[in-house]
Amino acid sequence: MSDVFLGITNGVLYGLIALSLVIVWRSTSILNFAQGAMAMFAAYLGMTMSSHGLNFWACFAIALAAGFALGGLTERVLVRPLYKRPEINSIVVMVGFLGLLESAAAAIWSTAPRTLESPFSQIYFEHHSTTISLSPFALFQIISALVIMTAVGAIFRYTNLGLQLRAAALAPEVARLLGVRVNRLLTFGWMLSSAAGVVAAVVISSSGSIGLSPTIMDGFFVYGFIAAAIGGLESPVGAVVAGLLIGLVQQFLQDYAPSGISSFAPVIILVVALMIRPQGLFSTTKARRV
Amino acid sequence: MISIANLSVSFGAVHALTNVSFDAAKGKITAILGANGAGKTTLLRTITGLEEAASGEISLEGTSLLNMRTEDIARAGVGHVPEGRGVIAEFTVLENLRLGSLAAKVNFQDGLAEQFELFPVLGERRSQHAATLSGGERQMLAMARALIAKPSVLLLDEPSLGLAPLVTAEMMATISQLCEKQSLTVLLVEQNAKSALKVAHDAVVLHLGNVVAAASAQEVASDERLRQYYLGLVDQ
Ligand SMILES: Nc1ncnc2c1ncn2[C@@H]1O[C@H](COP(=O)(O)OP(=O)(O)O)[C@@H](O)[C@H]1O
Ligand SMILES: [Mg+2]
Repeated sequence: MSDVFLGITNGVLYGLIALSLVIVWRSTSILNFAQGAMAMFAAYLGMTMSSHGLNFWACFAIALAAGFALGGLTERVLVRPLYKRPEINSIVVMVGFLGLLESAAAAIWSTAPRTLESPFSQIYFEHHSTTISLSPFALFQIISALVIMTAVGAIFRYTNLGLQLRAAALAPEVARLLGVRVNRLLTFGWMLSSAAGVVAAVVISSSGSIGLSPTIMDGFFVYGFIAAAIGGLESPVGAVVAGLLIGLVQQFLQDYAPSGISSFAPVIILVVALMIRPQGLFSTTKARRV
Repeated sequence: MISIANLSVSFGAVHALTNVSFDAAKGKITAILGANGAGKTTLLRTITGLEEAASGEISLEGTSLLNMRTEDIARAGVGHVPEGRGVIAEFTVLENLRLGSLAAKVNFQDGLAEQFELFPVLGERRSQHAATLSGGERQMLAMARALIAKPSVLLLDEPSLGLAPLVTAEMMATISQLCEKQSLTVLLVEQNAKSALKVAHDAVVLHLGNVVAAASAQEVASDERLRQYYLGLVDQ
């Protein structure tokens, strides 16, 4: 049972990052390699406010707002000129942006990890004098991830905005012919994606055992990226499920396999998954139209 | 009225349209005829801003549509059912229709009732994915999705393509009825000159990007030279 809780606690973070990548990939066919760094940067912006006396929730809200803004700005300024260019251009630009954000963060806030004080205890719950590997903080982590995932899912599935977002991704030209302001929606998609990543970054920065540093998201990003790939890149549900799967497998390997193996877990899962279903576990589309 | 004046469009060295001029009268059906590659699709795509004009003018009731964005042209009341219909296969019939209604800010439920009356089969299939529809049903869905926004102009790119003759005849009858009831201005692009000329008021014949005739449908239909050389209509 312990493994399950620990696995899920980490898995939701991978799932969030994967979801964030999928939103952007589906709408703009761009792999946002700077996604983790953008989340890190927004989390720093929120965290600096705590030194001005703001409480955790206010800092969280500011980080989210910064995430929205950074996502929108990135799409407008960096990404928009890339849409009609070969894929390599976007890879170079996004990796460059990743480096830029990380060095800027190091210059502004130094590389020493900082922790954002959260109102949640990290002490495990006890039940009939047995400890469960679940703390109030872990619960907060899981719930906030689930809230964001549900919110994103609900926006896509049930709202007019979501319908237009999906149309803009599936058939941009048809959407335009129906009066959909596709450019604005793409900006909004980036904002939403960026904010989802920020939730992961804020959770990581308030977890006492890790804290926030300029490169902290790199490792999480790799796992999130692999989760997105396993999920088939197109599928938000696939991304989330694959994220959880990676968290669980990693935890089980850590506890039952020879030491050191667990860090290879995502790669092992990816290789196995791609051997079974090369198009990704949850992908249904054969070819992209965008 | 849609007014096209000296319109030229090129793709690199290919002159898809050269100095095209004609007016499409308000509340009338204007058939755009011509063989494959004549430039019919390019004409419609340029009207809705999907292709860029090299020179010339396109105006709707005196307002220039050039330099307007596709989505704004759509919002100005130009509905365009593209070649291949453009229904979103991953969406249900209802989702496709809802998408069509959003930008126009019309009442969706009212519009829906209207479209289901016009195309009853869409009502029956409302919860199905568009991927499961037949060719004729897809064409109906594409038209209903454009019509639900209450356009004043409807551009149809080969609506009869791939349809059985009987379905085509029905489709043409519906277009004719719509044009009359809603005083819709229709540009009907067709390779199938015979069925288009039956319902059209006016006709424009394109050949390799040039207008070879622009007259009443009757005149075009009775012109032997046009029938033989450009419309592929051989008398028995
Ligand atoms: N995107 C494009 N790029 C290059 N050439 C094109 C493009 N679209 C159309 N053309 C060319 O323009 C001409 C007119 O094409 P089109 O408008 O599709 O004709 P039609 O619809 O009458 O069959 C053809 O010679 C076609 O090859
Ligand atoms: Mg064509």
